[in-house]
Amino acid sequence: MSSHAATIRPGPERSDKPSYLTDGHTLKSWLLTVDHKRIAILYLAAITVFFSVGGLLALLIRAELFTPKGDLFDSDTYNKLFTLHGIVMIFFFLIPSIPATLGNFLIPIMIGAKDVAFPKINLLSWYVYMTGGSMAVLVIVLGGVDTGWTLYPPFSSTYSNTNVALTAMAAFVTGFSSILTGLNFMVTIHKMRAPGMTWFRLPLFIWAHYATSLVMLLGTPVIAITVLTMAIERVFHVGIFDPTAGGDPVLFQHMFWFYSHPAVYIMILPGMGVISEVIACFTRKRIFGYAFVAMSSLGIAIIGFIVWGHHMYVTGQSTYADIVFSILTYIVAVPSAIKTFNWTATMYKGSVSMDTPMVYAMCFMGLFLIGGLTGLFCANLGLDVHIHDTYFIVAHFHYVMVGSAMFAYLAGLHFWFPKITGRMYSEGPAKFGAIIIFIGFNLTFFPQFILGYLGMPRRYHFYPEEWQVLNVLSSAGAMTLGAGILLSMLNIGWAIVAGAKASANPWMAKGLEWENASSPPITANFDEAPIVTEEAYNYPAQLPSAAHH
Amino acid sequence: MSGHTQHHIVPLRHYIGVFVALIVLTAATYLTALIDMGPLNTPVAMAIAIVKALLVILIFMHVKYSNRLIQTMVIASALWLMIMFGFAGGDYLTRGWISG
Repeated sequence: MSSHAATIRPGPERSDKPSYLTDGHTLKSWLLTVDHKRIAILYLAAITVFFSVGGLLALLIRAELFTPKGDLFDSDTYNKLFTLHGIVMIFFFLIPSIPATLGNFLIPIMIGAKDVAFPKINLLSWYVYMTGGSMAVLVIVLGGVDTGWTLYPPFSSTYSNTNVALTAMAAFVTGFSSILTGLNFMVTIHKMRAPGMTWFRLPLFIWAHYATSLVMLLGTPVIAITVLTMAIERVFHVGIFDPTAGGDPVLFQHMFWFYSHPAVYIMILPGMGVISEVIACFTRKRIFGYAFVAMSSLGIAIIGFIVWGHHMYVTGQSTYADIVFSILTYIVAVPSAIKTFNWTATMYKGSVSMDTPMVYAMCFMGLFLIGGLTGLFCANLGLDVHIHDTYFIVAHFHYVMVGSAMFAYLAGLHFWFPKITGRMYSEGPAKFGAIIIFIGFNLTFFPQFILGYLGMPRRYHFYPEEWQVLNVLSSAGAMTLGAGILLSMLNIGWAIVAGAKASANPWMAKGLEWENASSPPITANFDEAPIVTEEAYNYPAQLPSAAHH
Repeated sequence: MSGHTQHHIVPLRHYIGVFVALIVLTAATYLTALIDMGPLNTPVAMAIAIVKALLVILIFMHVKYSNRLIQTMVIASALWLMIMFGFAGGDYLTRGWISG
């Protein structure tokens, strides 16, 4: 729908008002800020720390698995390593990663608002997150936890001798930061849109975050109460999940996965939003089937809530429930496929330029395809009995949660880096880093599909010698992946300090954040309140490729 | 943004009425628990609890006087709770249907 007179505005000249980065230099001006952009930066800093911790734990796990014998750590330590890796990466990196940083920064700007609906609640959410995060750090300092990130009773509530109750409270507290963020986004998107910014003119990034907020608001209270009841059972010996006290451990799994499966969509939906923005910009086209892509986000959020039983095929769940959950799981693949096909169709006859964000987006599409399609293997009632709790599952969910969510996060960080910092990173090292990460990722996780299919169970630190070759490949991949991420972080870090100044719209992209806000934006985001008069992604037909930074 | 939506003023006697109703219903829960009604024990207790929840949601929480958007959100939340109970309960109810 490239309607009449589509143009791309180069963005405002540098405003005489201070940017959000220079509007106050004291520590207090950061720690007590109610500016959504500064809060996004606070989140970014904290998340980067947790990501580094989780990544180091992953490297230790893969270092142990270089050899078939458990020669670096004993079993108890290994149990703690993979448990902490899961908890840190899921609750403290993946769930807040895109929403709390890019979402916080961009949602108000993209819809033409000055801030989120509840700026103080936004700041509160960061403090709640830091409180939960500190409790998680305390768990590590006190000697860790060994239940696996799923905290299944009765092991967690009765038998484990590690810091389970504190871990549960860390997850409980952190959940509230997620609820507050979701609440803020939902009200902001409903109430704060600029004049002319109708629902079907919203960028797909906004639709994706709306769907994510829905999951955060409706799912997170359930995990909060679930881990809380588990902790109550552990501390006060009330029989809720422990069968020896009259409880039911399968009930925990129902309640746990009622949140924790949709939580996968909290991780992936915002990533899909990022990918839509990046692909539209670097193909110079409106996303093919905009309305379908927007609605498929809601479809994923809603159907994603009724598939949780596919984690429980081997728990003694009834066969009829198995069948229903299996069918629904196949159905949830449909909206994901709609997105993938529509992104591909968008690129067809587009003017594609392979800048770093687009390289990440291309990697995302390939990895999400593998992650999504192997999900269908796992949805199958018969096959899942064979691959349940094997490395096949580990590979599958890493393709979705790391291959997709993390690549989308990196795509977004590189895409909006000039907007957030007002500077530009070096394209060469950034692209090289992306390719190293892609190679390292596939080398790490593709062999795990084969290992899992051969029957290697997850969560063991020793294995038969015939599996060593595949494990060495996987461990070498993890080291490569780590090196690639380190390179990219150094490149970004260097650019924050010494990168060339970026213009307001270096990619010549459509969108209020590029066309109406300076780089970096001023505290109030816009000099004049924007009025929206066109569709999203209204790129002029047959524009020559992006005018570069 | 263009100000707050107008707040509906609820007369104090409505709040007092709801409070009294909640006390009476709590007593009813206690008293019915003393009577063995066989299979009706749980449904009766649940029915009383639902009436109490509705009084709190509709009047104390002002949902009755709120706009459509808020009412939609509340209904969606209740629906989600039903999804959790329904699908998890579906597992428990159908376990005996076939073995293995």
